[in-house]
Amino acid sequence: MEYLVGIQGPDFVLVAADNVAASSIIQMKHDYDKMFKLSEKILLLCVGEAGDTVQFAEYIQKNVQLYKMRNGYELSPAAAANFTRKNLADYLRSRTPYHVNLLLAGYDETDGPGLYYMDYLSSLAKAPFAAHGYGLNKRFILNLPSFTVRVIDKEGIHDLENLTLGAK
Amino acid sequence: GYKVSEYLDESPIQFGQISAIQSAAVSSEEPCSASSCLPYSLPFASSQSVPPPFPMSHGTTTLAFIFQGGVLAAADTRSSCSGLVACPASQKVLPIHSHLVGTTSGTSADCALWKRILARELRLYQLRHGRRLSTGGAAKLLSHMLHPFKGTELCVAATLCGCEKTSEICEEENLVYVCSDGTRLKGTLFSVGSGSPYAYSILDQEVHWGLTVNKAVSVAREAVYRATHRDAYSGNCVDVFHVTSKGWTRRNREDLKEEYYREKERQKQEGRGRKQKQEATLSVKT
Repeated sequence: MEYLVGIQGPDFVLVAADNVAASSIIQMKHDYDKMFKLSEKILLLCVGEAGDTVQFAEYIQKNVQLYKMRNGYELSPAAAANFTRKNLADYLRSRTPYHVNLLLAGYDETDGPGLYYMDYLSSLAKAPFAAHGYGLNKRFILNLPSFTVRVIDKEGIHDLENLTLGAK
Repeated sequence: GYKVSEYLDESPIQFGQISAIQSAAVSSEEPCSASSCLPYSLPFASSQSVPPPFPMSHGTTTLAFIFQGGVLAAADTRSSCSGLVACPASQKVLPIHSHLVGTTSGTSADCALWKRILARELRLYQLRHGRRLSTGGAAKLLSHMLHPFKGTELCVAATLCGCEKTSEICEEENLVYVCSDGTRLKGTLFSVGSGSPYAYSILDQEVHWGLTVNKAVSVAREAVYRATHRDAYSGNCVDVFHVTSKGWTRRNREDLKEEYYREKERQKQEGRGRKQKQEATLSVKT
């Protein structure tokens, strides 16, 4: 039961992810960060199968950083999203597909803020708002205790206060 | 012939695929018999894998936590095999090197093997680079070595507890949970195994940073004791290891059967005391 949400504004993207790292029904960690910083203005939010999430996200993260080292400038959010989707697609029909659901949020100098929705079947959609999972607090049988919230704007990535919602 | 220098140059991440690379160099069409070939073809669906004899689960209770006095790791000693206690005196907390200890859960054989592989790779790293790999680094190495076997019946869930120098004067304790399904979590308190919910009930209440060493040891023992009391697959004795900047130390193995009888005695005494008090109040009334 993991939750990711992103909202694109006029000059920012707001993203939030829950903080639970679970192993079947036991919460192993209450303060787990599911956001991976790809570059100064791009965040990758990743949920899905246990080992696949970290392996895949770190692979994308290191490749984006390598691009910057080789070429001297950073990948744009659109390029990073398409690179991620291509990797998912390549592994999909291999013998080791990655079962991960992703949101990529970034700010581009020319295109402005962008939010990209990707799922484990390697679909890609640029959307004004997107989510993975169930984040309902009043109507859902399980409540996620806390969420990490970040916003990306032309200045970069900023941490906002953690949301700790209880059942009202 | 396989030269020592070639061996030293091999990357540990390739471990699961060594024979496939060698045999690929010899002949790509050569069929591998199940016994001689390391499972390069797994986790691929087309391979023939040996079906497990019974549904396996992590029949154990292990726990580890960080506090002001270092890292404490504890585990029970029962190895079960489909409802039968295969060994009442197994060791589930294995030292990897002088400052790193790992608790094991899952398949005993897999855990023992991978702990030894990790110890070997850490020693090779130390020889090649002149410094010890950090706990986080060891966890990442173990996680990446187990990744090719994801989706197979390999089952290893370990918590690595270690202490390393972060700077000239500063030592830092680290605790990382690594599982063969790919999970790798850094934290301050973990319990793994079928008895872990019961252990968590004690640990979530009692563990905090300011514990003294003696109190921490007694909390760990109590947590394992409560788990062995309720979980059928945990039991027999408890092992407690304490890791500090000076290395790891091990407490003598304690049989929890004695703890159980001590508690029964205490309850009997309390019951007797309460009965005496009741009789006293009754006699006062009449």
